[in-house]
Amino acid sequence: MPAITVDGVTYEVREGDNLLQACLSHGLDLPYFCWHPAMDSVGACRQCAVVQYADDEDTRGRLTMACMTPVSDGARIDIKAAHAEEFRATVIEWLMENHPHDCPVCEEGGECHLQDMTVMTGHTTRRYRGSKRTWENQYLGPFVGHEMNRCITCYRCVRFYRDYAGGTDLAAFGSRGRMYFGRAEPGVLDSEFSGNLVEVCPTGVFTDKPFSESYTRKWDLQSAPSVCTGCAVGCNISASERYGSLKRVHNRYHAELNRYFICDRGRYGMAHVNSAARIRLTGRRTGPELFQQIEPADALADAARICATDHTLGVGSPRASLEDNQALRQLVGAERFCAGLNSREAEFMHAAVGQQDVPTLKDVEAADAVLVLGEDLLNTAPRLALALRQATRNVAYEMADEANIPRWQDAGVRGHAQGAANPVFIASVLPTRLDDIATATAHGDPHRLALTGAAIAARLGGQALASAALSDELDDFVAQAAAALAGAQRPLIVTGASLMTPALLTVARNIFTALQASGEPRLAICGNEANSFGVSRFGGGLDLEEVLKAVESGSARNLIVMGNDVFRRADKQRVAAALANLEHLVVLDGLENPTASAADLLFPAATSAECTGTLVNYEGRAQRFYQVFVPSDDVRPAWRWCVDIARAMGRNDMAWQHVDDVLDALAAQAEFSGIDGVAPPASTRSHSGQKVPRATHRYSGRTAMYAAASVHEPKAAVDDDTPLSFSMEGLNRDQSGGLVPYVWSPGWNSNQALFKFQQEVGGSLRGGDPGVRLAPWETGAQASIAPAEGRTASTGLRLLHLPQLFGSEELSAYAPAITARMQAPWIVLHPDDASGLGVVEGDGVDCVGHSLEVRVDADMAPGFAAVTVGMPEAPAWLPVGDVSLSRDPDFVRRPTIIARG
Amino acid sequence: MSAVVNLKPLTGRIAEQGGLVDLAAYEAAEGYQAARQALTGMTPAEVRELVKEANLRGRGGAGFPTGVKWGFVPSADDKRPGHTYLVCNADEMEPGTFKDRYLLENDPHLLIEGMLIGAYAIGADCAYVFMRGEYHEPYRRLQEAIEAAQQRGYLGADIFDTNFSLQLSIHRSGGRYICGEETALLNALEGKRAQPRTKPPFPPASGAWGRPTIVNNVETLCNVPAIVRHGAHWYQSLGRGEDAGTKIYGVSGRVNHPGLWELPIGTTIREIIEEHAGGMQAGYQLRGILPGGASTDFLTDVHLDLPMDYGSIQAAGSRMGTGTMILMDDSICPVAMARNLQHFFAQESCGFCTPCREGLPWLEGLLADIDAGRGQPGDLDLLTRNADFIGAPGNTFCLHATGAIEPLASALKYFRADFEAHIEQGGCPYASASEVA
Amino acid sequence: MSEAQLIQPLSDAEIAAIEAEIAHLPDRESAAIEALQIVQRARGWVSDESLQACAQLLGMSAASLDSIATFYNLIFRQPVGKHVVMVCDSVSCFVMNGEGLKDRVAAALGISMGQTTADGEFTLLPIVCLGACDRAPVMLIDETLYGSEQIENLDAIFAEYRS
Ligand SMILES: Cc1cc2nc3c(=O)[nH]c(=O)nc-3n(C[C@H](O)[C@H](O)[C@H](O)COP(=O)(O)O)c2cc1C
Ligand code: SF4
Ligand code: FES
Repeated sequence: MPAITVDGVTYEVREGDNLLQACLSHGLDLPYFCWHPAMDSVGACRQCAVVQYADDEDTRGRLTMACMTPVSDGARIDIKAAHAEEFRATVIEWLMENHPHDCPVCEEGGECHLQDMTVMTGHTTRRYRGSKRTWENQYLGPFVGHEMNRCITCYRCVRFYRDYAGGTDLAAFGSRGRMYFGRAEPGVLDSEFSGNLVEVCPTGVFTDKPFSESYTRKWDLQSAPSVCTGCAVGCNISASERYGSLKRVHNRYHAELNRYFICDRGRYGMAHVNSAARIRLTGRRTGPELFQQIEPADALADAARICATDHTLGVGSPRASLEDNQALRQLVGAERFCAGLNSREAEFMHAAVGQQDVPTLKDVEAADAVLVLGEDLLNTAPRLALALRQATRNVAYEMADEANIPRWQDAGVRGHAQGAANPVFIASVLPTRLDDIATATAHGDPHRLALTGAAIAARLGGQALASAALSDELDDFVAQAAAALAGAQRPLIVTGASLMTPALLTVARNIFTALQASGEPRLAICGNEANSFGVSRFGGGLDLEEVLKAVESGSARNLIVMGNDVFRRADKQRVAAALANLEHLVVLDGLENPTASAADLLFPAATSAECTGTLVNYEGRAQRFYQVFVPSDDVRPAWRWCVDIARAMGRNDMAWQHVDDVLDALAAQAEFSGIDGVAPPASTRSHSGQKVPRATHRYSGRTAMYAAASVHEPKAAVDDDTPLSFSMEGLNRDQSGGLVPYVWSPGWNSNQALFKFQQEVGGSLRGGDPGVRLAPWETGAQASIAPAEGRTASTGLRLLHLPQLFGSEELSAYAPAITARMQAPWIVLHPDDASGLGVVEGDGVDCVGHSLEVRVDADMAPGFAAVTVGMPEAPAWLPVGDVSLSRDPDFVRRPTIIARG
Repeated sequence: MSAVVNLKPLTGRIAEQGGLVDLAAYEAAEGYQAARQALTGMTPAEVRELVKEANLRGRGGAGFPTGVKWGFVPSADDKRPGHTYLVCNADEMEPGTFKDRYLLENDPHLLIEGMLIGAYAIGADCAYVFMRGEYHEPYRRLQEAIEAAQQRGYLGADIFDTNFSLQLSIHRSGGRYICGEETALLNALEGKRAQPRTKPPFPPASGAWGRPTIVNNVETLCNVPAIVRHGAHWYQSLGRGEDAGTKIYGVSGRVNHPGLWELPIGTTIREIIEEHAGGMQAGYQLRGILPGGASTDFLTDVHLDLPMDYGSIQAAGSRMGTGTMILMDDSICPVAMARNLQHFFAQESCGFCTPCREGLPWLEGLLADIDAGRGQPGDLDLLTRNADFIGAPGNTFCLHATGAIEPLASALKYFRADFEAHIEQGGCPYASASEVA
Repeated sequence: MSEAQLIQPLSDAEIAAIEAEIAHLPDRESAAIEALQIVQRARGWVSDESLQACAQLLGMSAASLDSIATFYNLIFRQPVGKHVVMVCDSVSCFVMNGEGLKDRVAAALGISMGQTTADGEFTLLPIVCLGACDRAPVMLIDETLYGSEQIENLDAIFAEYRS
């Protein structure tokens, strides 16, 4: 390890780093702007200047940009040399010439990297006398606000948006002192990752629009470490609240997983917890669509009576925590519990949870050849798609190594590579927005995709699969993909459950196995919901089909459904009939949905912002999300409702007081062995005996917060469940990696303070990577191959899921900003099928009771149709068999372009 | 070969009053003989060695030895397969510089021949002339010459029946001074924003489209045919001092005959101004000299006897730059001239790095204030401090800002009294002087 | 080019010319500047519509192409007059009273820098050193350079262009 001397102190540093990384990795305060840990150096801002000395005799040294200078053993630099300090203050003085100094009305104020750097350099007096340049701002959609006057031209926004995330509609315009960062014309930002601009911008140019609408300073936020419930990737997020409502979501660093970025569903979707559609009171149904509020105690007594019978089944949920599911399972008995997945998905997932060598996202970024089988990743696991995009750069890094270009020299690496990219093969139902990184793409129905995968596996196994079923085009795709994967050291296969086709998993595994001969393959499997991987570990029990049959046959007369809209998982008429057949439907949920509307007894369940719990992501990583604020009204975590029902029944087998108690019960089960390592126990304290504060230590106005209601300062809520406190007292330092509610350090008020929490820049958190990876769990289930989906001449079309980032996920669809991005539902038809139905692009089609806009695409497999599912006005679930469609003569095309706001 | 060409390898073919040397005339004056000699009788390494030995230094401003630069191109074995490029820098936007235009307009085949030899020497199969967008006539003439050379087999496939081939085309710039900086030029050539690039990678290893690339100035390349024809020794003997060859010197400002002359490198400033440019116009006194374009430090009349070569001018605190000098006479207010220069550099900043993008407009504003009588005490300190921080090489991303500060810092040194007088009097002494007169 | 063709954001001739440029470059995007110049030569400037059409032809986003277009001095993203008059404002012309020339031209055209005459004939712009310093002060009208020795009667010069 090379050693460098900084201000007279010698430090060991990582070989190959630059001086800025080296200084920050040792926690030193060195200002910077254009450098970003995920996007490396370009040397634009010149803020990170230090004095470097040539040798021991050199006393003057010369200024050098730390971010552009590689470390070398024995190098001697000074951050604190007067000349360097003066230069850095001058850089701020230059940047401040045109800055509007509108901090009091700026959303960034109080967590602004520009403010921090200004204070850090000591620039205080304005000497520039000229007038300031001003700009017109642009409407950029419902997510991101724009205030160009504040720009300091660090180029980070375009480097993230374009170079890192592959967006093309944001760019740098102009030159010299008139640089503009925006779109060619006002309009909605196109990237699935646009919200990261808010965190990437070091000042207030790009701001979180929903947050601005009900704004709170960072220092007045209470935050908790949370986990996104948007998909099975399980990105770590920091969720912040004030006055009991969720204010915003930031990325929460996890070195192996989401690292510095999350997708827009994750950032803006959690606002569902503030929705007016929340269920907040216990209720008993008194008539169709009529509920009467009742006391929780009365509701519990009712539920206890219902649960006391033998005829009660429980339906859990892949979007609820393990604790919630465990509690319901215990309440009704394992053999009467259903994890809530339909049988095809359950079959897929039961096999998926046994997979070995599942890559972290960091592993995904390291892959050198990729095959995506069936999944439209930007709509089902967007953060994974972003990691895939980085994987294409490995060859560029290798070329840079050859040319002696440091890997962190971003422009040099990109320029030298000239677009050279690692191979990515995407086989999907329809073209995807990730196809721009694809070497080749193939399209087909799920059966055909599985055949394609099987052909690749066969080829890798040395058999040229004689498959008359594949076209020449697919043959070519198969040959290319097999060659690329076989030639790779770290090949990666990605598949997923979105098409609910277990055969895809089977062939993906065959490819994986074949590749074990030549390299170190990884297989990533996407699940459909945040806890699909968690609940699929539960052994025994029923699947949803069995539950429905039991209800239909009358053998089950009561149903407790927790956090699950059953209408999204089976045929609407069938579910409606089944539910109507019940004596009692008890629903525990947080938001209105058709199942909740059918309940006889309704318990308001906490959302992920209001309780603490555990989710298991696609990596098999159990992750803890922490309560952000105390819920209002009757809302309780679902697991507590279950415990309370059990208590009302007089049972003592589940007398759990705390989340940890539920966790212990889980950990006692083989399939969850080791899960108690997910988070430190509630009793954990800092070395000085303190909890981790959710509020910043500058939290202001505590006594005045509720002044409109009462002049008495309410007692701070107590959190017995976790090592976090609802308070500003405590220590936000040196804690376990999963317990970082927000980042802050003296002098570093913005999210750039993160490096103070990392072992080294870009490395693990000081307290370790959050969560614990569970060992693969062999359920014994094997996904079957090809459930004879080859089509024969038929009367209708077979419908396929077309998941949408904005709209298809049940909870996030309730967030206003996400709602604003949702498009009217549509159906994609092959041209022949369209003409068969007598429709053209833009017409309407009646599809299982929904009127859908027709899009015609030659890539669509004939005989199949893809339907946006789960969005309002779209079917919640697609029938498995052939479906007859008909032209909807009354269809009126709804605007899909969002009006200027 | 005529004696004239022998002494003036760059301009010897061009008639006194100027005028196009067409292909026939060029061939008549031994045109393309050097290229034939190189391609058919020398290895690329021999050509590189010869140019190194001749001590040809870049005429684009930086004076880097051309043969050495050519040697940085990785040998064919070390390269991934693909193109190697030779790019001629014909961007000529350095204010006060008009030498490349002269060569392009009058003797385009000389450049083509120089590029042909250069491309052969570095193993390039593809060459571009990067020409500034405002050069309409030079473009037309060079384009015609390229077509003529192509027809004659001097460009294209299997030149002189060797297996060496060269494609040559012109890229016309969208217009910005920074395009002349060689790495920015490569970005511009690739059709991108002309922001400079970091080094490494250096262009000879990874330049245009990530491929090995050599960038040379027009005048530099025009020297090559004569070196091949007459040898390194002959070329060295043309220069008067340390440096080799001839140089096109130019003078603009209040002289009797502004213009360009090809002279032995190392001719003194006095000789250039007095003998060739005919001395100052009556009634005007020389006060300052920007010896090699707008981005070089001022010299004054005490420097008149300095030879115009790389070393001597550098020793005097300036740079020979492009060798085309701009004269400031006693009617010109140095503050106003400094403001004019900073206006140029601020406007032509690419906008990438902070000191240049934000610092130069501030300097321009301060100078405008001082010039207009709005200067304040302390402004000179502010100017100096900013100039120090902007101008130190390495403080900015590329040398544009460094070049911008050279004339300003030297103006503050030599004409400080003028700056002070502006601030003290709250106005421009030159304005009132001319009003009186 | 006919009026009818210019109503299209890109005419067939422009597309052909752009394709010809692309043919001798390593990729389509590399022809960005040439494409903009081709459009500008045909139309005098590059409208949003033409820019979008060019971007599509080159396989890049409008934002990416506009990012390039707005970088360069000689790509006009706003309409200009039939003729563009550019007066050098760099140092060699400055010492030869280039400011005076600028004022004279402005007076002759009756507009100031950056403006277009009411009849749409002339746009007046400053330009950096034109590389003709021995003839300072100089100006460029469209593609023709005027040295100081040619600039005596400005009115006569402009009249020629008007007709
Ligand atoms: C801001 C700036 C502008 C430049 N402009 C030109 C130019 O217009 N023409 C030129 O030949 N060199 C110019 N140069 C120098 C080039 O970067 C490069 O050194 C030169 O083209 C190399 O050719 P040579 O070795 O033959 O001189 C410029 C440099 C800088 C920093
Ligand atoms: S010094 Fe910086 S802003 Fe100026 S031209 Fe160079 S890179 Fe651009
Ligand atoms: S952080 Fe080093 S130059 Fe911007």
